Amino acid sequence: MRAIKHMGRLAACAVTAAALTVAAAPAPASAAEAVSHPDYEFSFDGIFGTFDQAALQRGFQVYEQVCAACHGIRLVAFRNLADLGYDEDEIKAIAARYQVEDGPNDQGEMFMREGIPADRFPSPYRNEQEARMMNGGAYPPDLSLMAKKRKGGADYIKALMVGYTEPPADVELTPGMYWNEYFPGHQIAMPQILYPDSVSYADGTPATIEQMSRDVATFLMWTAEPMLEDRKQMGIKVILFLLVFTGLMYAVKRKVWADLH
Amino acid sequence: MADTANARQGVEDQSKRDFLYLAAGAVGAVGAAAAVWPMIDSLNPSADVLALASIDVDLAPVAVGQAITVTWRGKPVFIRHRTEAEIEAARSVDVDDLVDPQPDEARVIEPQWLVMVGICTHLGCVPLGQRPSDPKGEYGGWFCPCHGSHYDTSGRIRRGPAPRNLDVPTYAFSGESAITIG
Amino acid sequence: MALQTNSRVIRWIDHRLPIFTFMNHELNEYPTPRNLSYMWNFGSLAGIALVIMIVTGILLAMQYTAHVDHAFDSVERIMRDVNYGWLLRYAHMNGASFFFIVVYIHILRGLYYGSYKAPREILWMIGVVILLLMMATAFMGYVLPWGQMSFWGATVITNLFSAIPLVGPDIVVWLWGGFSVDNPTLNRFFALHYLLPFVIVAMVFLHLWALHRFGSNNPLGIDAKGPQDKIPFHPYYTVKDLYGLGVFLILFAAFVFFAPNYMGHPDNYIEADPLVTPAHIVPEWYFLPFYAILRAITFDIGIPFTGIVLIDAKLGGVIAMFGSIAVLFVLPWLDGSPVRSGRFRPLFKQFFALFVVTCLVLGYMGAMPAEQPYVTISQIGTAYYFAYFLVILPLLSVLERPKPLPASISEPVLRGGGTVAGATAKPMEKP
Repeated sequence: MRAIKHMGRLAACAVTAAALTVAAAPAPASAAEAVSHPDYEFSFDGIFGTFDQAALQRGFQVYEQVCAACHGIRLVAFRNLADLGYDEDEIKAIAARYQVEDGPNDQGEMFMREGIPADRFPSPYRNEQEARMMNGGAYPPDLSLMAKKRKGGADYIKALMVGYTEPPADVELTPGMYWNEYFPGHQIAMPQILYPDSVSYADGTPATIEQMSRDVATFLMWTAEPMLEDRKQMGIKVILFLLVFTGLMYAVKRKVWADLH
Repeated sequence: MADTANARQGVEDQSKRDFLYLAAGAVGAVGAAAAVWPMIDSLNPSADVLALASIDVDLAPVAVGQAITVTWRGKPVFIRHRTEAEIEAARSVDVDDLVDPQPDEARVIEPQWLVMVGICTHLGCVPLGQRPSDPKGEYGGWFCPCHGSHYDTSGRIRRGPAPRNLDVPTYAFSGESAITIG
Repeated sequence: MALQTNSRVIRWIDHRLPIFTFMNHELNEYPTPRNLSYMWNFGSLAGIALVIMIVTGILLAMQYTAHVDHAFDSVERIMRDVNYGWLLRYAHMNGASFFFIVVYIHILRGLYYGSYKAPREILWMIGVVILLLMMATAFMGYVLPWGQMSFWGATVITNLFSAIPLVGPDIVVWLWGGFSVDNPTLNRFFALHYLLPFVIVAMVFLHLWALHRFGSNNPLGIDAKGPQDKIPFHPYYTVKDLYGLGVFLILFAAFVFFAPNYMGHPDNYIEADPLVTPAHIVPEWYFLPFYAILRAITFDIGIPFTGIVLIDAKLGGVIAMFGSIAVLFVLPWLDGSPVRSGRFRPLFKQFFALFVVTCLVLGYMGAMPAEQPYVTISQIGTAYYFAYFLVILPLLSVLERPKPLPASISEPVLRGGGTVAGATAKPMEKP
């Protein structure tokens, strides 16, 4: 149809002009915001992506043994660990390793008890003030949504974990800060915490920094988006269905309009 | 305005066309139905609600003749430490005479502990009879003030509009005097 | 044409409440120009997008808690624990974007084919009201998850009203129900976010009522000369709209299922913190052109050489932003050209293309930090945006010499969409 062609031409010209503007625009001046990081490959990438359960379990181990000292995952419940391949008894045992606050009891007191699968992971600090007090003013953020609340997501997390280096010669670090290639502004309050064999993997995988970073990034992608697999699998079915529906409707449209043309 | 009747074509073409319309309509209907399910299911109990299905109750502080009410799944659960007289009253009834025939033995694990969901089986009010000052009805158990249902010391419906005995939740003794409900 | 049915029940009802006759008349027989292009699919698509938003929104509202302490977590509970909650929420999030995409194309189509001209001025103005209501609804909806962008977006946009002379600060406090964006603000935004879509529905009915008074405009922009120019809405346009719906849903599903956060901002997954402003706050993409216009006014407007400031930069920006929508209300009286369709207006066509480019460029500028060269580009874009409506269109209606119009709709269509201006075409006379 003429009209489409016409609007199409207009649109094309508009897009080209916009693209030219984009190309001509220099990168934003504020360097602190734009730190690019490598694009790693993960099992959950792409439309058919799924979580690698072994990596999730390893990542959980890294989280528990390394990150959990300072960072919570307060939105995740122990029962959710079933996604990682743990059975009910294993989940109960994991939950029982944590103390959660409950109450009030009959005396009106809050009390601590062992976690149960229905509980969510307790945070290491009662509140932000306590966290800052114990970390020299820095606030270790909750990691539940880390893979969604930072640009780059899991790639960024992994890059950050492997990105600790000596600062360039001309930079003087603020006391209590560390240099990281991939942290916006480079000066980060969190010290490097992953060193070779920081954890000893239950499945025998060699615990290199690269491996642990990858695993914990995978785990944090899961904590941020636990429904990722469901979403992608459903999406494939929905799109296939819609292709059939749209194809049929196109055929019907052609048939109905045939007598007009 | 053009009339649709003008669109008449050959008979063969017509049937091919009908098939196409039918197929498109059927696929559309299936799609619409499939799209409705997530919406309906979203109103079912969510994962966090389902996970909170069990609670632990310590029975040690409850003296003979006393009753406590605990919350389970947002509902009151009546736990009464029955006296010998109450147990005797519950067991001496002829089961065949009951509205909802059920022997007392089938409603308890330990005879002195009666555990029930405290919701009248009529229209969901909470019967009276937990506190010493409450009316306990004509059978010494519970009395529902909404429409006058009388429950006995086994929580069985004896008189009034309620169709069933008070429900007994799934529970188990986790110790001498502690139970897990759910 | 009377309702034809064998059902006695339907006839009984229809005799007392002629709803079936009405629906038959408006949706079935409704005479529609036979030459509508796919550009005319976007009206019904917008209606469907509205339905998707209302249905998913009502279900989300049943799970959402409008309290500053619980809003963020209740949204995460929807994402994690509610059955298909992630689907409802992602459909609602991306549905907003798709609603705006569809409506923007619908508006640009109206602008290009002169759908705002007599006798459809009120139809057009109701459409502008719908756009305003959509913007208000979307803005308040974005506040509800109570993330950082929610909070700071709400703070910045409500603060715009402080630019109003004298009463500005009082109005802002009134909008907030406090001295900052806080729980009362969140509560009223939730109430309004739930209410306004139904006001939009009412406006859509008025929009359709006004539309059905004279029927759709068409790519040629000429009125139908007789029955041969029109076809019944059903089945022709119902199947065409359903086909368009299929294409729309494929694109929509691609985002919902495979890139649900692409059009969102990562900062909104950080819970609102009234003490820390994100380094770079931007509104949702569909507000970016207006945001660029707002920020383009970086200078005070006053009497030259006297130093007297009449409108300071802040108020100027606010006026420009609201003016960019307000100008649409008077558009039917700014464009006096008797020819509707841009197809027959060689000069208009070029200015229109530049206008579309300007909108895209302004959108890009809205996402950039407020520094050079973006400010200057935004200023040029803003100038052209207003010049298009206030200068170019009025001038073109006097200066432009439109191409001759075809004699009727069916004529070029029946010839397979060939030449537009045949020997029989009557040139449109200049006023």
